[in-house]
Amino acid sequence: MKLITAVVKPHRLDEIKEALQAFGVHGLTVTEASGYGRQRGHTEVYRGAEYTVDLVPKIRIEVLVEDEDAEQLVEVIVKAARTGKIGDGKVWSVPVDTAVRVRTGERGPDAL
Amino acid sequence: MPPGISTLAADAPELSAANTGFMLICSALVMLMTPGLAFFYGGMVRVKSTLNMLMMSFISLGIVTILWVLYGFSMAFGTDIGSVVGWSADYVGLSGIGVNELWDPTTIPVFVFAVFQLMFAIITPALISGALADRVKFTAWALFIALWVTVVYFPVAHWVWGSGGWLFEMGVIDFAGGTAVHINAGAAALGVILVIGKRIGFKKDPMRPHSLPLVMLGAALLWFGWFGFNAGSWLGNDDGVGAVMFVNTQVATGAAVLAWLIYEKIRHGAFTTLGAASGAVAGLVAITPAGGSVSPLGAIAVGAIAGLVCAMAVGLKYRFGYDDSLDVVGVHLVGGVIGSLLVGFFATGGVQSDAKGLFYGGGVDQLTKQAVGVVAVLAYSLVVSGLLALVIHKTMGMRVDEDDEISGIDQVEHAETAYDFSGAGGGASSRKAVPAPAETAVAAAESKKVDA
Repeated sequence: MKLITAVVKPHRLDEIKEALQAFGVHGLTVTEASGYGRQRGHTEVYRGAEYTVDLVPKIRIEVLVEDEDAEQLVEVIVKAARTGKIGDGKVWSVPVDTAVRVRTGERGPDAL
Repeated sequence: MPPGISTLAADAPELSAANTGFMLICSALVMLMTPGLAFFYGGMVRVKSTLNMLMMSFISLGIVTILWVLYGFSMAFGTDIGSVVGWSADYVGLSGIGVNELWDPTTIPVFVFAVFQLMFAIITPALISGALADRVKFTAWALFIALWVTVVYFPVAHWVWGSGGWLFEMGVIDFAGGTAVHINAGAAALGVILVIGKRIGFKKDPMRPHSLPLVMLGAALLWFGWFGFNAGSWLGNDDGVGAVMFVNTQVATGAAVLAWLIYEKIRHGAFTTLGAASGAVAGLVAITPAGGSVSPLGAIAVGAIAGLVCAMAVGLKYRFGYDDSLDVVGVHLVGGVIGSLLVGFFATGGVQSDAKGLFYGGGVDQLTKQAVGVVAVLAYSLVVSGLLALVIHKTMGMRVDEDDEISGIDQVEHAETAYDFSGAGGGASSRKAVPAPAETAVAAAESKKVDA
């Protein structure tokens, strides 16, 4: 199994969810995150005092998939997340040893 | 405070139900300004000191009310002693005042005048609190309020508005409190912050406002309540002066909003919400002394000048290194000085009195009087407030511990947290960006500590 993690622009969440559903992914986890990459942050002004806000809001999407789907699913997410502008984010996958469905105790790919 | 109506010598004033009702409503409007101010300031601080900022204003509603009844009204508006303070035994405890007794020479009961003026005494020390954000012990602040109104506000109110007060008798025009309220509070703020020093991280750490909608709400409540503050200060509506004041309050505030926004668009590139709210307050402050003596066109000038100059003045703290946290000096002191001095230029001589300003052929006579009023109140409040703060700072200490200031004054002083961000029920739609996982663990540890 593989864990695919995507840190992307928050407003792309709906497109990514739809793309994953179309692909046949049954579950995912979404967390709010903040960070920066090459685009850095932005500047805000309060009564003339300028603040550089380094960390911009992102969402972090995590999906567990079987090994053979991983490469294709990364492409699906990248396609759905892309706006072409700086700050679109990153997607990566890592190997996973074990997964257990808490309710039934099923293990491995059956737990997905 | 101006005389309400002119009556023939033979006619004793009678209680006016209309004026009395109007003034009671105005008193309630002015009361609302203090919680409004609390929201205005509360939105401007960081999340960790929101409640302390709200409470610094709110506590004034308690402390000053009691002191006012006990001896404050007597000190401010009792029989004059040496032109500097008042005292009337009848006013102590408000216990010797007849139910039908009228405030000379108006048509409203003394009780109504006393409660209206009480609301002014409440908001003035609350104004100071904005300069002291994030770092002052609540007990020290409560003690400061009690001492400050006693030694500074009650006497200064007597100077400016009390019959026999030296600025009042000199002919200084202060319709609703440009000197007694705003210069007074602004100078006091400067005196105190010079004693207690800066917030930890001033000029280094980002200290952006945590809730601009709260700031906007506060500004709106202030603007609304200010109609009572200003128009009510004529103490009745038997002539048109209160109405002119009402109109000018709106006109100057609108002009100041525009002036502040235009300045910061040119200077900093954006029309900010905080700029609009600040401009409104700057305009309200400046028209407070002046609105009863200028024309509506004059009010536009007063508001625009105040909006522009205050927008420039709020940057001075970074240049000179004093931590006027929420710009009490930059808005209230500067705005109050501008409004008070502009009376000397824009007074038409045709509204509250026949005193004419420089632009209306009155020469520099009124301007000189205004300058004396400004300097006297500014200097007295600055020095005495600084001394009061010094005494408290050297004895019980004005500031909370460094660790407590960094982790947030709300928890140490109030044992509460302004907002629950635990997010039960989940969802990815919160406005607040949740920190990255490593930081989430730290936040969770902190919240456990609070619950314990």
